[in-house]
Amino acid sequence: MSAFRLPGRGRIDVARPVAFRFDGKAMTGAAGDTLASALLANGVHLVGRSFKYHRPRGLLGAGVEEPNALMGVDRGPGRHTANVRATTIELHDDLTVETQNRWPSLGFDLGAATNLLSPLFPAGFYNKTFMWPRSAWETLYEPAIRRMAGLGKAPHAIDPDRYTARHDFVDLLIVGAGRAGIEAALAASASGERVMLIDEQPELGGKLLANPARWDWLAGALTRLDDAGVVCLSRTTAIGLYHDGFVGAVERLTDHLPPATATGPRERLHRIRAARIVLATGAIERPLVFADNDRPGVMLASAARTYLHRYGVAVGKRVALMVTHDSGYQVAFDLAEAGIGIAAIVDSRPDLDPSLKARASDLGLELIPHAVVIGTHGAKAVTGITLAPLGSRQVRKIACDALLMAGGWTPTVHLWSHGKGKLGWDEALGAFVPEGEMDRVTCTGACAGAIDPGHGVHAEALWSPRDPASFKAFVDLQNDVTARDIRLAVREGFRSIEHIKRYTTNGMATDQGKTSNLNGLQVAAGALGNTAPQVGLTTFRPPYTPTTFGALAGSAKDALFQPTRKTVIDSWAHAQGAVFENVAQWRRARYFPRASEDMDAAVARECRAVRTGVGMFDASTLGKIEVVGPDAAEFLNRMYTNPWKALAPGRCRYGLLLGEDGFIRDDGVAARLADDRFHVTTTTGGAARVLGMMEDYLQTEWPDLDVWLTSTTEQYAVIALQGPRARDVIAPHVEGVDLSPEALPHMAYAEGRICGVPMRLFRVSFTGELGFEVNVPAGHGLAVWEALWAEGQRHGITAYGTETMHVLRAEKGYIIVGQDSDGTLTPDDAGIGWAVGKKKLDFVGRRSLARPDMLLPDRKQLVGLLTDDPHYVLEEGAQIVDVPNAPVPVPMIGHVTSSYHSPTLGRSIALAVVAGGRARIGETLFVPMADKTHRVTVSEPLFYDREGARLDG
Amino acid sequence: MLLIHCPYCDEPRPEIEFGYAGEAHIARPINPDDLSDAEWETYLFVRTNARGRHFERWRHVHGCGRFFNAVRDTVTDTFERTYKAGVARPGEADSWTGDTGGIV
Repeated sequence: MSAFRLPGRGRIDVARPVAFRFDGKAMTGAAGDTLASALLANGVHLVGRSFKYHRPRGLLGAGVEEPNALMGVDRGPGRHTANVRATTIELHDDLTVETQNRWPSLGFDLGAATNLLSPLFPAGFYNKTFMWPRSAWETLYEPAIRRMAGLGKAPHAIDPDRYTARHDFVDLLIVGAGRAGIEAALAASASGERVMLIDEQPELGGKLLANPARWDWLAGALTRLDDAGVVCLSRTTAIGLYHDGFVGAVERLTDHLPPATATGPRERLHRIRAARIVLATGAIERPLVFADNDRPGVMLASAARTYLHRYGVAVGKRVALMVTHDSGYQVAFDLAEAGIGIAAIVDSRPDLDPSLKARASDLGLELIPHAVVIGTHGAKAVTGITLAPLGSRQVRKIACDALLMAGGWTPTVHLWSHGKGKLGWDEALGAFVPEGEMDRVTCTGACAGAIDPGHGVHAEALWSPRDPASFKAFVDLQNDVTARDIRLAVREGFRSIEHIKRYTTNGMATDQGKTSNLNGLQVAAGALGNTAPQVGLTTFRPPYTPTTFGALAGSAKDALFQPTRKTVIDSWAHAQGAVFENVAQWRRARYFPRASEDMDAAVARECRAVRTGVGMFDASTLGKIEVVGPDAAEFLNRMYTNPWKALAPGRCRYGLLLGEDGFIRDDGVAARLADDRFHVTTTTGGAARVLGMMEDYLQTEWPDLDVWLTSTTEQYAVIALQGPRARDVIAPHVEGVDLSPEALPHMAYAEGRICGVPMRLFRVSFTGELGFEVNVPAGHGLAVWEALWAEGQRHGITAYGTETMHVLRAEKGYIIVGQDSDGTLTPDDAGIGWAVGKKKLDFVGRRSLARPDMLLPDRKQLVGLLTDDPHYVLEEGAQIVDVPNAPVPVPMIGHVTSSYHSPTLGRSIALAVVAGGRARIGETLFVPMADKTHRVTVSEPLFYDREGARLDG
Repeated sequence: MLLIHCPYCDEPRPEIEFGYAGEAHIARPINPDDLSDAEWETYLFVRTNARGRHFERWRHVHGCGRFFNAVRDTVTDTFERTYKAGVARPGEADSWTGDTGGIV
């Protein structure tokens, strides 16, 4: 047993030693230890280097408030977690931790030279210094700063752990299982309600765990809660409180186990909806602000009490206390009773409680009233303190190996603030406490300010006879912010506490200012000549403590990040070796390479097949909406630019949908199946959006129309057969439809059967060739596809993918909404003004088309571009200028929207939008790229079969 | 996460079932051609951007699919009430006694 372990004390099991490695050094603790308590038991106080100045740091606290002792925990490849507080790491066999932000070692850190240069690093140093040249920020300043000032290293490997989530629905959620939380749970346990009690620590009990006199009560209470069916979760942190009784909580499932024995998910995110919430989140003790208050061995008094009673560890052998508050005395008494030497109790107050004085006297403790610590001594651990009577220069030195601070208590109001709960200043506590009411939420115990305030003084920083510029008195230990930094920010003109916070970075580290917010506020208030409540507190935001991305992502990663929609023909395409691409959430075959073909070769072959023979394309992803009802034609007439009322059953029409602003939203072919029934298609990516837009108008603008809208996208498989021999492929399998050009001309629709199953047949073309789109019930899609594929072998049928589809339609100048249009194109801009019904009095977007801006001659219009170099394929998105080598900034008059090599034409083609483009046809424009500027000639956006003769095969 | 009372389903459901659909009570003009360019611009683009009580549209998109209206406080992000599409705009919070089509 080590010299600092106190036999017979604590809740640890010294009979079960636990071996762990700290910076490569083998050490031993006991079952029930945290890393922090095990290190103290091993006499280790130096546990880290500070963020900015690389000063040696020790443990400040014993819980989640710890700002200094941040560790990198290594649980195997890909399982490195940075910035874990040693006070929350449960000791287990094979625990491997490393300290951070030091080089080459914790004991000898070259970065500590920054401490000597610290006059160069005042508040706002980064903002002031690294202003220019701008390029140096990326190449020099930021990499250097990131190396020198920083916390742990982010892991590089993909996290192999699994994370899970669940929804919980309870009548009462209690956050915090200290005395107040347990009492609230006991009170509710007999009600028959669903009660859930959660606590961030491995054991329920909160500060009772550091109070042996209450352990019997605690054990009994937990048994009663268990018997009553109260759900008690330990290692579960409520990270945020949101609207309507919603709390997010993360339960840590395996981090406390040796990696070799850990199975199952690492963490579980609880999404808890509670009818009522009780916040029993306790309070955190405040440190004091004085010179060199960051030396290892300087810690919170309450932490020393926790280490003593819960872990059986003495934080020192000769301990001094600096108190401004009665609550520090109990710690001194407990330590003294445990046989630990007390160097002195230094109290800033002149008049002390007689009973405390008497008790100290009984225990033989030296009590020094009306004095303050004005400095600490020691290299990597405190060896002594200097103190001075208030207002005096008669300093005195005292030797000690730990200094405890008792500066009062700050209620943990974070969750209350997440819920936008109001806070009020409690003068007795010197802290903000919950005020007013919140729907569903109440606070209890120390969180509600129900702390026996004793008597205390809540000073901003301790008085010192020394020149304030000559020492560092830390406010935020994690971000290395001193009282001087905050005063400097005020001198430089910052008034708002939110601005002071951001300028000095006080409270912005991973501990979110749990020990620094209030002291920072007090210092700022003092410098501003205001009171703390006048200055106000910065805003608390979730999460309460650092949270893994894994817990928030849960199972929503990799294949489960979002669903992959596959058509019924996907498996066939996969077997054929198709290369796929994602289109919206669909997985679509992009091309079907043969042997060693690359994409260009495959696409060239597929294009030639469609132009000369027949190609087969899976168009099942097309959005489909069945529009049904007596007013179906009237409804479409109001939605789409085209006239629909005169469309005869058995005919199709290209439909163009605008927003009310007059810009193109979607397009697609619709067939009239009957007087009261339309089969409307949309773009693949627009299906849900278009249906939502239709529903919006139908429900809210024209509820009088008798129309029903149904998504049928996934009810039909769509097989497109395109090319001069398309008819030959389907003809042997079609029943009940006359396929002759006379009976079924371009843009005709028919119903019949194919391969024995019901079919909706569209004679349409998105390639410019003779084309059919065969719609069959999805369940039959693969069988029909395979039958037509077999039939097509005699005709040299070729499967083609989306890339070939793009090239073929671009050769014909057919736009793809969302690629060639970007939400700023009108029908006229896109060259499809013919699709707008001229005689219609209204449709969505019509009025906007008459706005003056929509009629300007220099609007961007869709045109074709032909490069001087026929082999050069323009970059899609490339900007277009009309004067090459013009002085910067060069006026840009448009951009390339689609660009391909056209196998049919044996040269590159492009579609573009160009200001006043149609009037520029025949002109030369320029596309400047990094390597050279390309000359292009503006053309009609139509490159092949201008007459449309090929539509009839 | 908010709970939103769908006036058609008549029960509170989690926010993720709903989609926001902009400001409420902006009716599409019966005859858009009767509007001047300025009036049409106002209809298209000009919105209240209220601080406090805001009348807005929601859709129970992953539920019944219906559009409805709501009064929500944009400062506290709390719903005062929701009501069916077509119901008149409610007055002040304490004075309005109209049909909510399902009280929040």
